[in-house]
Amino acid sequence: MRIVVLVKPVPDTASSGERLRPDDWRLDRAAVPAVVNANDEYALEAALKLTTAHGGDVVLLSMAPPAAPETMRKALAMGAASGTLVTDPALAGSDTVTTTRVLAAALRGMEYDLVLAGADTSDGGAGVVPAGVAALLRLPYLSYAAKIEPLKETETVRVHRISPTGYDVLEAPMPALVVCTQALGEPRYPSLKGIMAARSKELTTSALADIEGAEAAEPTTAVLGAEAPPPRAATRVVREPAEEAAKQVVAFLVERRIV
Amino acid sequence: MAAAPIWVHGELAPDGSLAKISTEVATLARGLGESAGRDVIGVVIGSDPAAAATELARFVPRVLAVSEPATADHAAGTIVGERLGALIERDTPDYLFAGAGPEGRDVAGVVSGLTGRGVLVNAVAVRWEDGPVVEMSVFGGKLTTTSRFTGEQGIVTVRPNVVTAEPAAKTGSVEATSVDGELSLPLVKVVDRVEAADAAAPIEEARVIVAGGRGLGGPDGFKLIEELAEALGGAVGATRAAVDAGWIPYAQQIGQTGKIVKPALYLALGISGAIQHKVGMQTADTIVAVNRDPDAPIAEFADLVVIGDLFEVGPAILAALRARAG
Repeated sequence: MRIVVLVKPVPDTASSGERLRPDDWRLDRAAVPAVVNANDEYALEAALKLTTAHGGDVVLLSMAPPAAPETMRKALAMGAASGTLVTDPALAGSDTVTTTRVLAAALRGMEYDLVLAGADTSDGGAGVVPAGVAALLRLPYLSYAAKIEPLKETETVRVHRISPTGYDVLEAPMPALVVCTQALGEPRYPSLKGIMAARSKELTTSALADIEGAEAAEPTTAVLGAEAPPPRAATRVVREPAEEAAKQVVAFLVERRIV
Repeated sequence: MAAAPIWVHGELAPDGSLAKISTEVATLARGLGESAGRDVIGVVIGSDPAAAATELARFVPRVLAVSEPATADHAAGTIVGERLGALIERDTPDYLFAGAGPEGRDVAGVVSGLTGRGVLVNAVAVRWEDGPVVEMSVFGGKLTTTSRFTGEQGIVTVRPNVVTAEPAAKTGSVEATSVDGELSLPLVKVVDRVEAADAAAPIEEARVIVAGGRGLGGPDGFKLIEELAEALGGAVGATRAAVDAGWIPYAQQIGQTGKIVKPALYLALGISGAIQHKVGMQTADTIVAVNRDPDAPIAEFADLVVIGDLFEVGPAILAALRARAG
């Protein structure tokens, strides 16, 4: 089976330097190192496990600035066979509507049984792009997956979708789009062999003009400003023995009208 | 002609009642409608929308109830999104407000994909200035951005606990309506709905969360967390380390790859407060931590931190709470 995984390079959360450029409020990508979005790594890991079990290969699709290949090599080192990067100056600062349309247009030119995506990204955090892509491509959409199981005889995919009270077992014909969660399992670390192999894997770069039907629409949203949230009040430190400390905690909760 | 209305997506809970997040979103939208002089209309779509529609009418003046039998045994997000998208094209409201949880995101994504309307996501505050002006918390709370739509239409997803739900002075009307035409997006069958035997109270909407991390030392440590949560009328949360260790289900995980929560109280036991966890809970109104390590990051951003052994301090807090409750 062939699986396309949508991946996005994002600023490393563990760095503390994320910022927006004050002239246009776009992400200052030069300020912090980029990593593969953590939720996309779960999708990639799930895809690799599926192709190990059922055969086939995993390809990456990303829409990102030109510097993204470096980050995509990390995803290739985990085991993906190849990747396509859609990059174009006209896509700088794209909103979710353009991202959705461009990814859908790129997928129209690809062959796959499944498209896997992460639940959201650690930078924008929208979590709305995969549902939009599925709607535009008229793909069955299965979200919030804790388990993915392709059924060969029926050419369908079964997904456990996390629900507020447990999980729903969903089933739909393939090709389909599945949104992945951490419950699918820890992403592997790239092996040295994987890192070496990734250097020679095919990483295709496409501009908007290379993709039929892809265009950058006028942005639907605009950032007016950004500021650091007001700092929290100073921390009150309690070092008394347990019983006295507990009294102070409860008094504090009463003061704050929580109990 | 009056300006176009603001719509509220009324989300259904698994039992067919109105999801709590929708009561909050409706309260927020009603306030914006008053500022803007615009009608606010709720929309509930499902196989049996009546109960939720009646509940939503306590919060907004008018509710459209759309009966859609397919959601009874198919995944709802795509179906509701397609029907809502068609209703939006028909009635042309300017703005749609939805919850920012898994259900609301699915619906917002489908509606945006089908209509091309933009989305402002994860709102933590919304005010009206010739349209919604939306504050969002980005980069794990390091920055708060303010955004608006470039045109006069759009979709806003709202985080839980941003406003306190308050019914309107007067209960609104409920109208049954229908959308013409067959569903055209592919249906996803629900083969089974499995209730987890150990399903805990959901954390996204909880007013109080008691959370545990690696410091609990094992699954047994969560008994203390559960007892404290019960005494405080709250839900149980956890760090990724505790989930990865298999001590507690993923549904309870708070942080970058888990849930983002905003309770009135976050009581953290044995949690160091690493950035990946901090991004999920730092907007809690009050943060209280118990930790042995005075240099743990959480000791810097909690409102109150007890430096001590959680297995001594935790039970003492529990005893004090129980003594208070009588």
